[in-house]
Parts: sequence; structure tokens; C-alpha cells
Amino acid sequence: MSEKKEVIRVRDIRKTYQMGKTKVHALQGVDFSVMEGELVAIMGASGSGKSTLMNIIGGLDYPSAGSYFLDGIEVNKLSKNELADVRNQKIGFVFQGFNLLARTTALENTELPLLYDRSKRVKKHSEAAKKALERVGLGNRIDHLPNELSGGQQQRVAIARALVTNPSLVLADEPTGNLDSKTTVEVMALFQELNDEGVTILLVTHEDEVARYAKRIVELRDGKIIRDIEQTPDSAAKDLEELLARRAQNQEIEEPEAAEAD
Amino acid sequence: MQALRLVKVAGKSIIKNKMRTLLTMLGIIIGVGAVIIMVAIGEGAQSQIEEQIQNLGTNMVVVTPGSANTSGASQGAGSFSRLTIEDAEKIQNESIYAANVSPVLSSFFAQIVGGDGNWRASILGVTPEYQEIRNWGTTSGRFFDAQDNRRANKVVILGQTVVENLFGERDPVGERVIVNRVPMEVIGVLESKGQTADGNDQDDFIVMPVQTALNRFSGRRTFIRQILLNTYTPEDIPLAQEEVRAILRESHGLAEWEADDFEVRNQEQLSEAAQGTTEVMTALLAAIASISLLVGGIGIMNIMLVSVTERTREIGIRMAIGARGSDVLTQFLIESIVMSILGGALGIALGVGGSALLGSTMGWATAVNTETVVIAIAFSAAVGIFFGFYPARKAAALNPIDALRFE
Repeated sequence: MSEKKEVIRVRDIRKTYQMGKTKVHALQGVDFSVMEGELVAIMGASGSGKSTLMNIIGGLDYPSAGSYFLDGIEVNKLSKNELADVRNQKIGFVFQGFNLLARTTALENTELPLLYDRSKRVKKHSEAAKKALERVGLGNRIDHLPNELSGGQQQRVAIARALVTNPSLVLADEPTGNLDSKTTVEVMALFQELNDEGVTILLVTHEDEVARYAKRIVELRDGKIIRDIEQTPDSAAKDLEELLARRAQNQEIEEPEAAEAD
Repeated sequence: MQALRLVKVAGKSIIKNKMRTLLTMLGIIIGVGAVIIMVAIGEGAQSQIEEQIQNLGTNMVVVTPGSANTSGASQGAGSFSRLTIEDAEKIQNESIYAANVSPVLSSFFAQIVGGDGNWRASILGVTPEYQEIRNWGTTSGRFFDAQDNRRANKVVILGQTVVENLFGERDPVGERVIVNRVPMEVIGVLESKGQTADGNDQDDFIVMPVQTALNRFSGRRTFIRQILLNTYTPEDIPLAQEEVRAILRESHGLAEWEADDFEVRNQEQLSEAAQGTTEVMTALLAAIASISLLVGGIGIMNIMLVSVTERTREIGIRMAIGARGSDVLTQFLIESIVMSILGGALGIALGVGGSALLGSTMGWATAVNTETVVIAIAFSAAVGIFFGFYPARKAAALNPIDALRFE
């Protein structure tokens, strides 16, 4: 096998905001790389700079100093329009609040990034979207509107939308922040499954519960990396099985009537 | 391809908010409808006037008394009648281009007694050529001839309105009427010419030989109102005008430096004058109606601004997944253009329907021309672009990070 490709290379990134008269140093020299096929969790308390870092990696913001390469492209030198194209073709976003378009079906939501794809790599939009939805296990819900889907299902649609352009990187910002513990494990199981298929995933989270499913943890504090470790992730699929088994047991004992509605 | 998709996106958004879209479009619908109806009324009036002027006769030239110049102070048109029977005779005798010439002597009103009662109508004293010039036939009896005129015979031809009021359905030819105490014989009835645009009844008068009128009715209130003449061909009209002018200047003894004290106009010039008035009226009506179109445009801008704020999050999502600022701008612009064009189309339907309804119920002449419709469509699209641009630019200028955080 040839050597794995470097998807992200961040070198001495700094970001300074002007808040009134005081300068806020959100990032004070961050260095790290992400190789193809990694599943990385970026951790940190609020104010640690992880959102700022995510915005820069996601191509939504420019760093004040330093360089950032995504797939070999120096992103911080791109124009706004080129940045939009990078976001479209190289990055798949998954947000905390799902951020699906209301009154728009799962299929149409998933198709959305292809509408703005100027490379025209994908010819048949709805077919690609259908495939992406099948990949996240929603092949039977393509015509449902977001308000007809559960939180977990909505997040799956969002993940399908992130996958539809075949991006180099899936960037998930607190993807389980709005989900209950069972759905959280479900979504993490999906991320692990996608990672096994070769998708590079970067999670931004402040929960250890989520981070333990990642292969690598990068922790930020006060705009600097304080910890960067590899770990053997827990299997979310196994946890889910145990969780369901436990619940089934509890239900049998306590409330045999109430079936879980998903 | 990209534009087509964006039109589809805009269409979806419009369909998702049916009620709001309809209310937004209402301003444009009413605006475009009003403009079309107003212009249709104006154009209708104009074409009616034009038709009437064509009705006057063919290749006609009209001489009217102009403003008299007393010691350099203009007294206004018709202030002093300088046209005489002799002027008409001189033109008849000297002009090469004039085919027929007739003075038109008119008195104000005369009391006419005959048939079943009495009636007041104006008297017209003309020569037999008048019938030819004005191309005005008789429905019964005959027009008087040169001999009647020479002998100042007491014969009279009645207009339709006079006939209706004195004789009802009966044919008055051969009957006797008394015009201002002078008994006269009815020898003919003129064809009906209907009303003029300004509501004058063109059939409410009687015609007699000019010599009869001079002998019997010439008084303070009698004057030569016009000299009418026609030419053999349309090409002769300007030549005849110049010729008549020269003849009259000589006849009136005007010095080189003196201005004409009469006016020589052809039909085209007459209709231009009349058109000038209706054009002003049409423009005024259209201007008033355009204001409602402007208000409709402001309505669109208002809704689009609300829509941009309401959909800040959506804009953030679209930008995060790769929409450029120009994509967002185009989306909102297309949305407002589609809305205003749709409104314009419904407005055209309203305008055309409304004009037809006004035409049939009020009896007004209305004319919707394609030009107005095309302009209305173009104008409503322009309204969409103009009033949609500011909100669309506002949407495109949003920062995706802030837009995504917007609650």
C-alpha cells in the first residue's frame, strides 16, 4: 500500500478577533495534521478555540496568520468564491442543530450541495442523493419532511447530505449535541461505520462520551493544543447492542406496554 | 442549467408560501391591471377621435379665422372673424388645387317649429359643395343645388336629431318648418354621424344655402366659422394649403411683416391637435396607475426583506455547503422576479378583462394593444429586479458563520 494522504495540514494557525477595544486571541499557534481515514475528535471547553479552529478548517473563516492545506490546496490563500467551492467539493458539514431546510424532503435536502457543485462531477443528482440516504440507512424515508423524522433520523439526513459530494473530509460540529444518549450512540456507530469505509471524519465535541469513539483525540485549551493522543476507540455498535438489550430487559420488568417509538 | 435549477428553487419557495406570495403579488397585480385599463381607456378615446376626424371628409383643408392683431396685441384665435363669403369665392375662383370650396356660415341657435312641436338647433349656411367635401349623404330627399343657393331658396335639410324631435319616425321631406319665423321647405335628411368624442351631437343642426342664411338670418350672431375645401389627391393638400394662404393674405391685404389672421389646417393637423389632448390624458392616467405599481414594488421589497431575515439560517446552510454569494443573490433575485412577473401576468389578465368589462357595461371605447402588455410585463420584471436587488444583496452579504448561529 502506498503511504496515506495528508488531508489536513495546519501550520502555526493564529486567529485574533477585535472585540471592541480588546484583542481576543482565539488561536495562538496551532499545528496538526490529519491523514486519510482518520477519525479525530477535537475537544475543549467553550472558549478553548475549537469552534474557531473548526470554522477555519471548514473554510468558513480565514486565519489571521499561519497556513492551512486541505488536500494539498492552500485554503487560506483562496478567494471567497474559491472557498465556497472548496466547502462544496471537499468538505461535508454536519451541524449540531441538523440544519436541514424545513418543508423540504430528505431527498431534496440531500441533493442540495450538488446544486452548487460547479465541477459537475455528479450528473444524476437524485440518484446520488438516494445512494447517500441508503448509506445512512434512510433509503425508505426519502420523501419524508424533516418534521416527520426523529432527531436521529434528521441527523442521518444531514450526514447523507455531507456524504453526497464524496468529500475528502466530513466535519461534524457537536453532531450529537441535540440527541439523547441512545441516538448519540447510534449516530456514533454510523460515523464509525463510515470511517471503516474510508471516510475521514473530524468531530468537534466537548463530551467524553462522544470522544471515546474516536481513534484520536486533540484537545485545545486557550487557543493551543494541550493533548494529541491516539487511542483504541470503543465500538459504538457494540455499546448500542448492550444499551438496547438493557432497555428491553428494563421494559419487560417495568413497563411491558410502552414500546419505544422511534 | 444552473439558472434553471435556481428558478426551480425559487419556484418551490414561492409555492411553499402560497398566501404570502399572493398578497405580495397583489400590489403588482393591481398596478399592472390599473395601468392597462387606464391606457386602454385613453387609447380607446384616441382612436374614436381619430375615426371622427377621418369622418369629416377626405383630402379636406379647413380655414378658420385666426387671432386678430390689433395694434400688436394678439386677441386670440377667433377673436375677430376675418373670413368672408368673398374669401371663399376668391379661393373657388383662383385656386388650382381646390376641388370644392364651401364657406360655413353658422348661427348659434334658431327656433324651429314644424311637425309635432318645436326644437332649438344651430343653423349651418353652406354651398352645395359642402356635401361633397364632407362626404355626407342624405338618407331621404336631396341636398340643395347651386340654383337653390343662387336664388336663396327657402329650402332646408335636417339633421337626424332634429328629425327625431320634430317628426319622430315620419319622413319630413316635403314638409314645412318655420325657422325663426321664416317658413321653409324640408328637402332632405342627412345621414347620422353620431357624437363627437367630447359629447357633441353632430346631427343636431339644420343646413341651408349660404345665400338663404345670409339673406334671412344674417345678424350680429352670424359669421363665417370656417371655409372648407378639398383637393383631388392627398398629395395636393400641402400645395392647396400654401395656395390658399397666399390667396387669403392678398385678399386680407396683409403686409409682408404681418402674421396670418387665419389658420389653414389639414385633417392630419386637426387630429394631431386632438391627439395631443388625449395623449396628455392617457399619460396622466398611466402615471397615476404607475404609482400603484411602484407601491406594489415596495411591497415586494418589504416581503423579500422579511423573507431574508426569516431565512437567515437557510442562507447560512446553503453557504456552508458551498453556495457562493452570487448563488444566494441569484436565488433571491429570481424569487422576486418570478413573483413580480407572475403578478404582472395576472395583472394583464385583470387589465384585459377589466377593459372588456368597462367597454361592455359602461359603453366606453377601450383598446388594449400588445405594446402596453409587453411594456407591462417588462416593467413588472424591472420592478422585481429593482426592488428585489437590495434584499438579495443583503442575503448574499451574510457571513455564513453568523447566519448559521442565527436563531
